[in-house]
Amino acid sequence: MSAVVGQGAPIEDPAKIKVETPFRRFCSEFAESKLALGGLIVISIIIVVAILAPFISPQDPYDLAVLDIMDGRLEPGEKSGDGSITYWLGTDDQGRDMLSGIMYGLRISLTVGAGSAFIACMVGASLGLAAAYAGGKTDSIIMRIVDLQLSFPSILVALMILAFLGKSVTNVVIAIVVVEWAYYARTVRGTALVERRREYIEAAECLALPRYRILFRHLLPNCLPPLIVIGTMQVARAIALEATLSFLGLGVPITEPSLGLLIANGYEYMLSGKYWISFYPGIALLVTIVAINLVGDQLRDVLNPRLQK
Amino acid sequence: MSVYLLRRLIQAAGVVLAMSIIVFVGVFAIGDPVEILISPDADQFERERAIIALGLDLPLWQQYLIFLGKAVQGDLGRSFVFNEPALQLILQRMPATLELAFAATFGAILIGLPLGLYAGLKPNSVGSKAIMAGSILGFSLPTFWVGLMLIMVFAVQLGWLPSTGRGETVEILGTRWSFLTWNGLTHLAMPALNLALFKISLVIRLTRAGVRETMLMDYVKFARAKGLSPFRVTFVHVFKNILIPVVTVTGLEFGSTIAFSVVTESIFAWPGMGKLIIDSINVLDRPVIVAYLMIVVLMFITINLVVDLMYSVLDPRVRLDSK
Amino acid sequence: MRNSIRNAALVAASVVVAGLPAAKAQTLNMGVGSPVTSLDPHYHQLSPNNAVSDMIFDKLVSTDSAARNIPGLAESWRAVGPTTWEFKLRPNVTFHNGNAFTAEDVVFTIQRLPNVPNSPSSYAAYARPIVRMEIVDPLTIRFHTAQPYPLMPLDMTNVRILDSETHANAATEDFNSGRVAIGTGPWRVVNHRSGDRIEFARNDNYWGDKPAFERVNYRMVTNDATRTASLLSGDLDVIDQVPTSDLARLRRDPNINVTETVGLRLVFLGLDHLRAADENSPQITDNDGRPLGRNPLQDVRVRRALSIAIDRKAIAERVMEGAATPSGQFLPPGTYSHVPGLEAPEFNADAARRLLAEAGYPNGFRITLSGPNDRYINDSRIIQAVGQMWTRIGVRTAVEAQTWSTFVGRAGRQEFSSFLIGWGSNPDGSHPLRNILATYSRDRGWGASNRGRFSNAEVDALLTESLSELDNEKREQLLIRAQRIAAEQVAVIPLHIQTNIWASRRGFTHQARVDELTRAQDTRPAAAR
Repeated sequence: MSAVVGQGAPIEDPAKIKVETPFRRFCSEFAESKLALGGLIVISIIIVVAILAPFISPQDPYDLAVLDIMDGRLEPGEKSGDGSITYWLGTDDQGRDMLSGIMYGLRISLTVGAGSAFIACMVGASLGLAAAYAGGKTDSIIMRIVDLQLSFPSILVALMILAFLGKSVTNVVIAIVVVEWAYYARTVRGTALVERRREYIEAAECLALPRYRILFRHLLPNCLPPLIVIGTMQVARAIALEATLSFLGLGVPITEPSLGLLIANGYEYMLSGKYWISFYPGIALLVTIVAINLVGDQLRDVLNPRLQK
Repeated sequence: MSVYLLRRLIQAAGVVLAMSIIVFVGVFAIGDPVEILISPDADQFERERAIIALGLDLPLWQQYLIFLGKAVQGDLGRSFVFNEPALQLILQRMPATLELAFAATFGAILIGLPLGLYAGLKPNSVGSKAIMAGSILGFSLPTFWVGLMLIMVFAVQLGWLPSTGRGETVEILGTRWSFLTWNGLTHLAMPALNLALFKISLVIRLTRAGVRETMLMDYVKFARAKGLSPFRVTFVHVFKNILIPVVTVTGLEFGSTIAFSVVTESIFAWPGMGKLIIDSINVLDRPVIVAYLMIVVLMFITINLVVDLMYSVLDPRVRLDSK
Repeated sequence: MRNSIRNAALVAASVVVAGLPAAKAQTLNMGVGSPVTSLDPHYHQLSPNNAVSDMIFDKLVSTDSAARNIPGLAESWRAVGPTTWEFKLRPNVTFHNGNAFTAEDVVFTIQRLPNVPNSPSSYAAYARPIVRMEIVDPLTIRFHTAQPYPLMPLDMTNVRILDSETHANAATEDFNSGRVAIGTGPWRVVNHRSGDRIEFARNDNYWGDKPAFERVNYRMVTNDATRTASLLSGDLDVIDQVPTSDLARLRRDPNINVTETVGLRLVFLGLDHLRAADENSPQITDNDGRPLGRNPLQDVRVRRALSIAIDRKAIAERVMEGAATPSGQFLPPGTYSHVPGLEAPEFNADAARRLLAEAGYPNGFRITLSGPNDRYINDSRIIQAVGQMWTRIGVRTAVEAQTWSTFVGRAGRQEFSSFLIGWGSNPDGSHPLRNILATYSRDRGWGASNRGRFSNAEVDALLTESLSELDNEKREQLLIRAQRIAAEQVAVIPLHIQTNIWASRRGFTHQARVDELTRAQDTRPAAAR
């Protein structure tokens, strides 16, 4: 217990005087930025829309029985052939209502983006920390695997994984995790190498604290700032990577398009002026990513132990 | 130091070996090159002949051993598609890709570092908010989409830049480079920008985060208290400290720029290794895939080694032969 | 004196004025969508390679834009006996390096076909029927075959002639480097950068129609959207494989000229004929996802139902944006051995449901329809559209698109119950019959692309008969009868024949070809408008 005081006392003491729980302090600090708060609200709305998509979307865009190619590529605001739906954002080449497609696509893109970024971050950060802390053989083995991983083109990795496991959203997540984890590992190791030489780690080591405790309570928080920068970017990058894989025909199943696949499909129609097929999903993607980043930026500032007042 | 280098070299050999096994098994799992390459109207006799001609009739482990035996002698096999040594094919296309990757990386640092510095020093100004908002665009828009938009705006609408391909080249030491001619530069501009967009955002964000953090550190406060000019504080004390993550990430990014230039190269019909590898993956041209990956792996290992060495130069606290 | 100076100035001015656009038009910039893999005309059978080979080399029998045989390096040919073909060669033809073309070169070429090392897809099949070659005189050659062989002239449209002297020991690499890329064709190779571009110069000694341009820059631009964009920006003068999504815009553009023709490539659905009626097909289940215990595709009524459930017109108009012709058979009208009166099956969802009920599936079943997503025009869009239509008659369809590299292997291992694939025919019914509709047989070399394993004894018998019939009319009737039976049995479900499309900038016209080949000699300056 004394160890915690020794390490964290200067920071924790003033907080205790104000009788604030860490969570409350975290919330109030986060709310200091209006932009970040706005981002949080937007993300909440997007998540709610994504979860409720089956109940609020005008059409089930994954049900081939309700799609009609005769309604394909209708402009925004046009009605379906049988007059039952108005396509407020137009339709894609299969006659899929873009509004419904975007709502459902958000589900998949968020799952793929957040899911793969989170898992990759967990795996990568742990291995990166372990490599930096343990050094020697462990470091060498982990870092050479990282080298191997980073040099494999993501397309080849995805192609192999999809060939082994078949095409599905889960497998796209796996493919992206496999491609991206090395990125976190490399970054965390770089920072941790510097941090582990600092006095507070030496102090913790002198006190013979358990290893995992030093790793996760002391080393990790101090490696967080670059990790969060990369993490929030990687959510975006994962979504964009999924879009690229879809563009190359290696992404999610074509009958269950993500935002990325919608954009990739619409891409071919950009030259002919049928902008809505890729424009609206693009806007949805952009808003999502901007919101995630606003929140991520603020999180980084709030969580950074060295920026704390 | 030399022990350290030697150890890294041995490790590199292990990585290359592991990689080649993965590729052999992976390509085998994806599909059958003969099915893809052979003319559809070839009969069974022709198909069997092609399988034998490409050495694919043997069990996989035997194919691998044959490959290893030849690889030791520097022969990475011949491309199934081009019937030329795979290594030669890749080396022919490497300058184009290196040129593109260098242009993109330098562009990213040249643009990203000052913007990030500004955004970090004046975090609440309108300018830096605009920079940060703009940087989000850089990595949220898919590369292929931005590429086409660049072509539409600068080549089709404005007619300022040529749409695709590599420009005139100048031969230096047996390799062809296009950045030395004006025509070559105009061809290089758009694909390099397309490839750099993500990196610019990355550099901006890393620099800003680093600056903001470093400014609050004791030694910076101390330097200021000592009365050093803000210029000196920023460019000597702060700058040195933020260079570590920026160097790591740009170094890494340089490698992945080469590995991921696939999309940019195919959009801009840029005759580099990325285009070769995507074409080769599409037809499962295994010798080229293996040779390509070997080169890229070696490149990564070298880059990482250089980054690690630079760490020790930039930050004396990092010692290479630790433990 | 003054007059003459003024005249000279006028002449000079007019030369400058007239010379500018003319000089500009001297180099033709072409953009093609598929990469050329080799300049060796006997190394890798692939349409883009054949197109480039057609620019450098010549064949004994050439083909016009409608794929009809026309004289090439042979002025005439005929069967002089049941097993002997005689070709009369064109006199006074020289190779790019000045060597004369003679019967020796033909013999050399045929001998080289099976002996190209490491060839992933060789031209050896065209040499196999020939058991002996006989040089009658330097400009007459006879091919002797073991059996009567009616396809000899057609085969010779695929064989580019080399020079026995220049190419005696030439390896594929020597062709690729441009060193021995020497033929009798209209273009000489100036520079080849593999996967990027090939630069050609006009062969001024060409025996046939002189090309209109002095130089050609033949560039490979594989991305569809950028190829179109490069045409719009003026960097390319002619492009091939125009994406259907850009067609509407290009047709409206007054600066762009679109040329097109119905091709020879049928896009169709293959069905699982391998599993017997009482076996499970791999991707078919009942409506609850349980094994069905039988293969419904063995019932011709089910196959017919699946066929007439498809609205081919809707696919051609909406998915293909008009760049396809619905078809009920492999060959388009006007082609040798096209089956007269065999139209594309009429769309009738009600009749399809009735047929399913008759066959014992009133509530349908579940099936997976697979297809490539990078091979044929709009392939993954077509399978989604078919999936919609099948689902509407009660056959609930899951659609699975994958890259050609994975797809083709799985199709070849009969892992699919139904799949989309295409077939580019030679203009002769024996070609699709032998490869796709004939019973799979390693010994006869039949049915190598019969991935559904359709088998019908009558079709096989008619094909056998046709293969030794030298009378073209009788042969055509045999091929027509065989194709008609296959169609009645719904061996495959034909969808449409693709339209081949080229687009050029104002000032250029490109002659569309049914065989999909993009060759510089087919582009001419357009009459000024």
